[in-house]
Amino acid sequence: MKITFNWLKDHLSVSAKEEKLLEKLTDIGLEVESVENLSEGLDLFKVAKILKTEKHPNADRLKVCDVDVGEKEIKKVVCGAPNAREGLITVYAPPGAVIPKNKTKLIIAKIRDVTSYGMLCSESELNLSEESDGITELSSSKYNNSIGKSFFTQSSSNLIDLSITPNRPDCLGVRGIARDLAASGFGKLKQIKDQKIKSKKSQTIKVKITNEKNQGCFSFGSCLVTNVKNTESPKWLKDKLISIGQKPISAIVDITNYVMIDINRPLHAYDADKIEKGIIVRNSNSGEEFTALDNKTYKLDDDMCVISDDKGVLGLGGIIGGTRSGTEMDTQNVLIESAYFDPRSIRRTAKRLNIDTDAKFRFERGIDQLSIDEGLNKAAFLIKEICGGEISKLDIQKISTFKNKIIKFDPNSFENITGFKILTKDMLKILDNLGFTCKKDKKVFKLSIPSWRPDITQEIDVVEELVRIVGYDKIKIEEPIKERKKSTLTQTQKLFHFLQRSVASKGYLEAITWSFTDAKYNDHFKGQNDELKIVNPISSELGVLRNSIFSNLIMYMSKNIDRGFKDLSIFEIGPTFFGKQPGEQNIVVCGLSAGKKSRLSWLEKERNVDVFDIKKDVVQTLVEAGYDAEKFFIDDETPDYYHPGKSGRLFLNRGKESVAAYFGEIHPNIIKQIDMKTESLVGFEIFLDNLKLPKKSLKDQKTKYSVSDYQKSERDFAFIVDKKIKVQDLVNVVSNVDKNLISNIKVFDVYEGDNIPENQKSIAISVTIQSQEKTLKEADLDQITKSIIETVENKTGAKIRS
Amino acid sequence: MSDIKNIRDQFLLKLKNELSLDEINSIKTELFGKNGQISSLFKTVGSIPESDRKTFAADLNKIKDELQSLISEKIKEIETKEVNQKLEKEKVDITLPGRPFVRGKIHPVSQTIDEISSIFSEIGFSVEEGPDVENEYNNFTALNTPDNHPARDMHDTFYLDENKKVLLRTHTSPVQIRTMLKDKPPFKIIAPGRTYRSDSDQTHAPMFHQVEGLHIDKDINMGHLKGCLNYFIKEFFEVEKIKMRFRPSHFPFTEPSAEVDIGYEIKDGKIVIGEGDQWLEILGCGMVHPNVLKNVKVDPAKYQGYAFGIGIDRLAMLKYGINDLRAFFDCDYRWLNHFGFDPLDVPTNYRGLSR
Repeated sequence: MKITFNWLKDHLSVSAKEEKLLEKLTDIGLEVESVENLSEGLDLFKVAKILKTEKHPNADRLKVCDVDVGEKEIKKVVCGAPNAREGLITVYAPPGAVIPKNKTKLIIAKIRDVTSYGMLCSESELNLSEESDGITELSSSKYNNSIGKSFFTQSSSNLIDLSITPNRPDCLGVRGIARDLAASGFGKLKQIKDQKIKSKKSQTIKVKITNEKNQGCFSFGSCLVTNVKNTESPKWLKDKLISIGQKPISAIVDITNYVMIDINRPLHAYDADKIEKGIIVRNSNSGEEFTALDNKTYKLDDDMCVISDDKGVLGLGGIIGGTRSGTEMDTQNVLIESAYFDPRSIRRTAKRLNIDTDAKFRFERGIDQLSIDEGLNKAAFLIKEICGGEISKLDIQKISTFKNKIIKFDPNSFENITGFKILTKDMLKILDNLGFTCKKDKKVFKLSIPSWRPDITQEIDVVEELVRIVGYDKIKIEEPIKERKKSTLTQTQKLFHFLQRSVASKGYLEAITWSFTDAKYNDHFKGQNDELKIVNPISSELGVLRNSIFSNLIMYMSKNIDRGFKDLSIFEIGPTFFGKQPGEQNIVVCGLSAGKKSRLSWLEKERNVDVFDIKKDVVQTLVEAGYDAEKFFIDDETPDYYHPGKSGRLFLNRGKESVAAYFGEIHPNIIKQIDMKTESLVGFEIFLDNLKLPKKSLKDQKTKYSVSDYQKSERDFAFIVDKKIKVQDLVNVVSNVDKNLISNIKVFDVYEGDNIPENQKSIAISVTIQSQEKTLKEADLDQITKSIIETVENKTGAKIRS
Repeated sequence: MSDIKNIRDQFLLKLKNELSLDEINSIKTELFGKNGQISSLFKTVGSIPESDRKTFAADLNKIKDELQSLISEKIKEIETKEVNQKLEKEKVDITLPGRPFVRGKIHPVSQTIDEISSIFSEIGFSVEEGPDVENEYNNFTALNTPDNHPARDMHDTFYLDENKKVLLRTHTSPVQIRTMLKDKPPFKIIAPGRTYRSDSDQTHAPMFHQVEGLHIDKDINMGHLKGCLNYFIKEFFEVEKIKMRFRPSHFPFTEPSAEVDIGYEIKDGKIVIGEGDQWLEILGCGMVHPNVLKNVKVDPAKYQGYAFGIGIDRLAMLKYGINDLRAFFDCDYRWLNHFGFDPLDVPTNYRGLSR
């Protein structure tokens, strides 16, 4: 909402400075968004006279004009306007001036080899009107003695832009703002004497509101002004509109705008002669069409509130009028409409047709239902004053009657909510100033809510009014008590934070990427999931919810590689989605690692990062988080975005209940398709929701401390096994031979090739044997060695390598 | 006796010389070998007359110990020398780079969330969460924002179905609803998380982070709200003094509502929080609207309290001097490395939020 202090003063007796005003507005909840000096630099625009015009030597349509700008020197200005002619008095803008319309700053420019010192301006460029066909024509009788003088009269009032919250339609009018200010002690609200129409002429255009279901119009007031002469608005009116950044159009349009801004009373003016018979306010029928004042043709659905006549739709009530019945300069008879439309109906219609207008903005927030007469009176008198004519009696049609809401208000509720006290007397004074009427009813008050405050529906709203006007600075600070009754994080939340920092500590940079992604990338990683489309995405590249974090991570990894980074690891912890219903999401820790280890190292040979690097990161992270690596079970069933031979699936135990993690090389085809330039790319996904919380938490006692100090022995074995046999299974068989004696197994060699039969491989392990009870004798060790060989050979078909 | 003394003097003299390890060893054999001079003398102990035997044995032992310790000292000396000579040859250029390490980092938003949680933990808030995909009821209707409410326009919502029944939550406030429906009052929670609006420019991202706060009990008023936020802002920015302004505003789910500004100034191109006469809006808050309480079956006649919503990304930008919101989610290696935090820097109460 744009206002000026000057306009406010129409309603407010006040002597304070503008600075104080700005402070007060913000303090009472009418936030000042910006303050702009519209007239800054406008003094540069001068009244000027064209002395001579010549055709431009290099351009047919341009003229070179000698312009008298009131200085000694005559300015040469290149101008393309057809009406630029000798003797014309117009508006001249020198180099350095900023054109109001497009905010461009003029410079001395060569236009086709002729230097132009400044510019002659059209009305459109000066924001005076839409006229852009030629330069401004000033009347020579009025301006002949003003050559060289500033064209604009200086306005001292700044343009103040307020951010009005949607609950305050009353403050979409200058008077409403003035009322709030006065209630807070900033000035006094001026009582404006209502000038009432005392006409004997009746309004001859019949108006009817159909009484049907979903009728969006509750009342429709109208007044006919006949024999008018539409004209340019007088200076005071033009200045007023210009002062808040609006463009004057014609007296009739300007008057309706003025009334709307002044008292938040939207009006519509019809050319009465273009209305066929009478006006019918009704619901639209599907398929009806009309051309609105924005020059667009709208096709209507059912149940939109339209103002119509015999020929069809004239306009959308409370939203936009139509071209067919609009007023023009030659309009002779004007019908002014002042109506009340239901906010719901307005909102529904405007949303369906995607229209936004000043009227719609106001009606959907709720217009004062009792302002119909005032609006008509104000506008009709102004039209008569400016355009002449005769005013008819008001015609008010309605299908329902407005009654002020009554709310019970207990003064104690104020202290309950705000924590501080004010005198009941002061409360009543504020409410009175805001337009409430208060009646004492035992210990409480019965408040009649002013018709312009649709937002106030219950006691708490009254408390809000009071504390807002008294000032939020009066609220005392209650220091918080440092006491914790419940633990801050749940076990799962702790695990989230632990995994996050655990992965980062392994050299991964944490990224946060969108929860949505490009379907193109998501396709690679969605697996069995459905694609989850967003109906109204910000762009097609962010069109679907991500089924996997990989889609975003790999795209950004690729971008980083394009930036010239070769070896890097990134991860993200966050949601992935498997359905469109709330809760159909998982928390996943997802990481990618690209490039080489020991690149360009003087110490070690460089090598590509590989599946066992990423396996280490996953296993270590889970172990750090409290899971027992001895129990992990790993197989090779992984989603198809992993390399089928170099990826794994990890379960926390052999029960294979739910997948704890996937890890492995990213499928080379994907890397190729997204054209990523890297030597190697490995990734992992840890599924937080699938991790059962560790049974023991840190606060629990640790298990009994028991270690053996008896002699340890190590025995090495090499088995030749079928290629299909997994090391995990072999190790498992060995460890089960004697859990008491076998304390550790290390795989130190895996070999295929020369000396090994085809389809077989050699696995070499070192087994640590140690008793908790005694030092083992050679015979005991021989016994267990024999037992290991026999068991492995029996269970896996392996042969010990001699 | 003289024999013994002679041997001693003779060998002490020998051992004074510069000797190699081999030479020492041969001396050792000469003395203590099977037929060594000392060993031989020990064999004679039995034949010594009883009257002299004790003295003889004692003298012999003394000499033996003396020579033995001298020999082992000599050996040690030589070994040390040899080792030192060897080490001298093994010297490396210690200025060569060590094995490389890579440093992981925590995203500033995650760090900020941990800081916020740590601060609110101190005054008794616990952390709640809710899903990113919400139904229209929890995101709007239950929060006193019916379908025809213009306030819905302020939330440019991403929808997942044509009927606009499921959407990406536009704020963390639906967690209030979920929490209150799930449990019984009192409530004292914060809910950090991702939020979404279809808005994208330099200062708006289609995804951003908010933290919701909710405190409902029998006698919680606006003074408590002010105290809580005043405490939070002071702790978060780690400054002694903070200039804070509560300004009336409007949110459908709170009444009265406020927006909170903090004072700042620009010094040497950097923003300084807590000083100066410029105001910066950082959060919205208010007393939970009775309609919201009714919607979650909490009796507004018995319970009341406050709620607030803070933009986490914005706080991180202010505290850590980050200018561009979009960069948070651009995943540029250089940016993450520059603005990220070491994973060991866990914000805690006892140690302080930052180093």
